[in-house]
Amino acid sequence: MKFAVLVNEGPYTHQASDTAYHFVHAALGQGHEVTRVFFYHDGVNNGTRLTTPPQDDRNVVERWSELAGEHDLDLVVCVAAAQRRGIVDADEQKRNGKDGNNLAEGFRISGLGQLIEAGIQADRLVSFGD
Amino acid sequence: MTEQQNTGGTVKKFLYINRRAPHGSNYAQEGLEVALIGAAFEQDVAMAYIDDGVFQLKRDQDTSAIGSKNFSATFRALGDYDVRKVYVERESLESRGIGEEDLMPLVYEDEDDDWEEKPLVSVVSAAEMRDIIDQADVILNF
Repeated sequence: MKFAVLVNEGPYTHQASDTAYHFVHAALGQGHEVTRVFFYHDGVNNGTRLTTPPQDDRNVVERWSELAGEHDLDLVVCVAAAQRRGIVDADEQKRNGKDGNNLAEGFRISGLGQLIEAGIQADRLVSFGD
Repeated sequence: MTEQQNTGGTVKKFLYINRRAPHGSNYAQEGLEVALIGAAFEQDVAMAYIDDGVFQLKRDQDTSAIGSKNFSATFRALGDYDVRKVYVERESLESRGIGEEDLMPLVYEDEDDDWEEKPLVSVVSAAEMRDIIDQADVILNF
């Protein structure tokens, strides 16, 4: 089956991002296709590489990056939600004159159209949020 | 929008379920943004307002005292973006003491009827809302 996934909550405060990760991991392990993971609302905070959790805790951001590397997963952060919350890639840094960027490896910033497109193309769009 | 080229003419029933009050969290504002973007993809779009989500459609919102953006005027764009289905759950209105007359008078212009302005909002029962949710292909829950 072709799944698309929507993540609406950030890491560590809410379970949603962890559950989404486990879902995607399991779906890929079962041979399903995950066409896109779209990060919206506070979910965009899953895409900052500046996250530094204590060493005895999971690294939610790195875990997504690693999964993307292993499975060529398309991790898309919503540009409008990202701008509000300070999630920036090199292009956005330049465009908005910021002094740094923080987008983690394996993620890309794009528009909400990517979420709609994923909903159209996938057999199921699965949302993770509160 | 180049992204439209990748959808192969598929038309799905998109349902945006809005369950939260307009202010206090950003869900309502960003939920409306995605619905308006989605409307450009020529999909079958419907909005549903349930629980505290019905507060989003209240008329005469004023956020000046809390300093957050009053985005309620943006709801008027739904009709312009060819959204024709805005469902509000009757039980949610009643349990919050909100009458239909307390909601924004959202309208659309009916191109098949000499561009006459027609009401966009339908108040439906919880049972009808269940059917609406049941019939949707893609549900986005904010």
